[in-house]
Amino acid sequence: MKLLTHNMLTSHVKGVSKGYPLLIKATEVKVNEVEFNPKFVSRMIPKLEWGALVQAAEGLGQRQDLPGELVSDYEQNDDFLKKVHRVLLEVEVMEGCLQCPESGREFPISKGIPNMLLNEDEV
Amino acid sequence: MDSYVENNVNAVRRSKEEKKVLKKQIKASHTLLKHEGISTAAQPTKSLVVANGGLGNGISREELSAALKDMGEVESLVMPPHKPYAFVTYRSEESARTAQVKLNGQTLQCGENSVTLYLSYVESVTYEEEASVPLPEGLILVEDFVSPEEEAALLTAIDWSSTNDDITAQKALKHRRVKHYGFEFRYDNNNVDKDKPLPAGLPEQCLPLLDRCIRNGHISIMPDQLTVNQYESGQGIPPHVDTHSAFEDTILSLSLGAKIVMEFRHPDGGVVAVVLPGRSLLVMKGESRYLWTHGITPRKFDMVPACDPQSPAHARPDLGTHSNLTLSKRGTRTSFTFRKIRHDPCRCAFPSACDSQGAPSAPSLPPSPPTLPCCRADAARLEEEYVHRVYDAIAPHFSSTRHSPWPRVCHFLTLLPPGSALADVGCGNGKYLGVNPDVIAVGCDRSSALVQICAERGFHAFVSDALSVPLRTESCDACISIAVIHHFSTQERRLAAVRELVRLLKPGGRALIYVWAFEQEYNKQKSKYLKDTNKENHNNHSPTKNTSEDSQEPRGKSSIHVSSHLEDSCRPDGSMSDVSKVSDGKLSVHTNRTAFNTQDLLVPWHLKEGKKREDEESGDSGKKDKRKDKSKKVSSSSCSASSLSPKSDPGPGFDSNISSESRLDTSDATHISDSKPSPNSDTTQTSSSTVKSAPVFHRYYHVFQQGELEQLCGQVAGVTVQSSYHDQGNWCIILEKDRLE
Repeated sequence: MKLLTHNMLTSHVKGVSKGYPLLIKATEVKVNEVEFNPKFVSRMIPKLEWGALVQAAEGLGQRQDLPGELVSDYEQNDDFLKKVHRVLLEVEVMEGCLQCPESGREFPISKGIPNMLLNEDEV
Repeated sequence: MDSYVENNVNAVRRSKEEKKVLKKQIKASHTLLKHEGISTAAQPTKSLVVANGGLGNGISREELSAALKDMGEVESLVMPPHKPYAFVTYRSEESARTAQVKLNGQTLQCGENSVTLYLSYVESVTYEEEASVPLPEGLILVEDFVSPEEEAALLTAIDWSSTNDDITAQKALKHRRVKHYGFEFRYDNNNVDKDKPLPAGLPEQCLPLLDRCIRNGHISIMPDQLTVNQYESGQGIPPHVDTHSAFEDTILSLSLGAKIVMEFRHPDGGVVAVVLPGRSLLVMKGESRYLWTHGITPRKFDMVPACDPQSPAHARPDLGTHSNLTLSKRGTRTSFTFRKIRHDPCRCAFPSACDSQGAPSAPSLPPSPPTLPCCRADAARLEEEYVHRVYDAIAPHFSSTRHSPWPRVCHFLTLLPPGSALADVGCGNGKYLGVNPDVIAVGCDRSSALVQICAERGFHAFVSDALSVPLRTESCDACISIAVIHHFSTQERRLAAVRELVRLLKPGGRALIYVWAFEQEYNKQKSKYLKDTNKENHNNHSPTKNTSEDSQEPRGKSSIHVSSHLEDSCRPDGSMSDVSKVSDGKLSVHTNRTAFNTQDLLVPWHLKEGKKREDEESGDSGKKDKRKDKSKKVSSSSCSASSLSPKSDPGPGFDSNISSESRLDTSDATHISDSKPSPNSDTTQTSSSTVKSAPVFHRYYHVFQQGELEQLCGQVAGVTVQSSYHDQGNWCIILEKDRLE
């Protein structure tokens, strides 16, 4: 699971109202080099929940010096875009789980894939 | 002979009707061209196509032949199986002309059946006989196995005089009467009480012929159970596989009395009709005993090869190859089925049909179909077993048949502005996730095996159910749901799936939904799913060469379609109200590449692959191989020109595993079948190079009728239907979420 996916995922357990962001409990994290596309990254940024991304990166020890607030004029800031690129697309949680912040329900991550299936009584 | 014509052909012709006859003749020739590819000739020739004079119209060879012979010397008469026409070739053009003039528009009376014949010239008789269809593997038919004297003695040995007796467990069943010797076969559980032998052992009259079976190597152990069935004309037995756990491998069936046609069906839909003459012995071993069902359709006439003094009448017992067929009136047939009780669990190579290996024991295969769900828990269970588990089990094979994105889905994706957030709910192997590299695409699927494939391809994907997608509300600029919602088994759940898609959309965001269509023929165009049926036919050993779209019956069904007159054979348009569910509520199993006859059904997925199929598929592989190379990359590239070509795959709902590019599958599938236990060496008759059988999986589908998808989406608030269309056998809709004003 890359942090881009994490940024979009939310807990959907029945009755939960604040299921976002999911907490990451990682036991194995990988960093793969992915081709940098500044245009793509800068288009992605407005779609993100910035706070959740920073929090996730922080939790994995991958925040480096990513600012807590989104900088302005990032479109031209290749250095900044590279950092975002790295946490969004290069950092990957391979094993561990995602935890619903409200209910505590854990969703396993195995081979890099979060399993978000619910039991019948949770839907 | 003239008297024959007077008796059988209504010779009265009213001149004012001549126009009408001509019109109908022209119409018939158009229908032949359109549906059968038979083009008629404007100028007289020696050959004629006789529309409505076919076996499919219930016309027997003898009666048609008699009428035709009155017009001149007939060189040949070809009656293709099931077809509503025949071909006649006369020795001279003159005779053909006479026949055309005199018989065109005439009524031919055939028993209770009367048809109006329309005759048109053809340049040549285009019906080609197919290569011989092999008998099911392990099946042997020995003709004249017993002498007429033995036959008489055996029939006398069976005393039917008492209506019910306990000694031989005689029963009058609905469609036949039956007696058991040795052990009673119980129809309530389709098994035998192995520790309760019947007082009557096998009649001693059977012993000489059983000894002969051992000497000839048909069996190695003496059978200890005999079931005698007696069928009157019009009676039959439903398709079934003899319970694996009840009986050992080889089953002997001796036919006495009248000949009959027995149909063997493979779980993938293939049918082989076998003529069982009186005094013949049928030996069922291996695949033919364990995997194929056998049954007798209750009817009064069978299609059988016409007696031809030039060649031995029974040279080829299978009917698939004959154009020289006629109707045979059934008489009383008595069969002796000899079996050996099994005392250990069956360990055959066909677990999908084996009750010892977990397959449900049922009188007919495919395994006892589920019923339509009536509550939410039922629906979830049905989908779990008939959708989720199946996709996990077939994921690699399935994925290898799903590589070309569909042009109109691509078109939708390529129109999305750069930077759009896209969710593919039910993404399968992720073939749409890379189509537009400028969008932020994330996919989810219920099958973790398929999501694994997405991940290996470098896509963002997770496992989730389409009814509860763990994505933030209003986080997506676009959603697609391609060939997903038809897997939900209630209207309520299908609606919930649409609602969930709409929830994910931002205001102004768009969703594209594809579902498989009940209507596989639309605007007079057959979907590719139907069009590929010829290839499929071959694989399935179907007795017919072409699928007649005039007939709604599943291809390969051998019953005679008496009512299929060519003149009114066009399918009625429109009204779908006559689409019925199966009466007993059980879901029916669809025959691949045929028209649907119910909306809720099970579609077989067969992992059968092997050398044979590969050879068959290679016929038109040249072009496709090239595309295959491209398609491997397509996941990571944008929609290429090649995938936009009209030649690309037929549609997302095109859900038969037998894709036109299934050569790609071969490695996977071969691997799977190789890993299975090989059939016992003593049961395999044919060489190991022939196709092996692998499990058949059944996926539940609800196929949508025209207008149903729009109606479903119309129930979701806050969304507008932008457009809807039919695309290669799928109903498709584009929704836009209302903007907040």
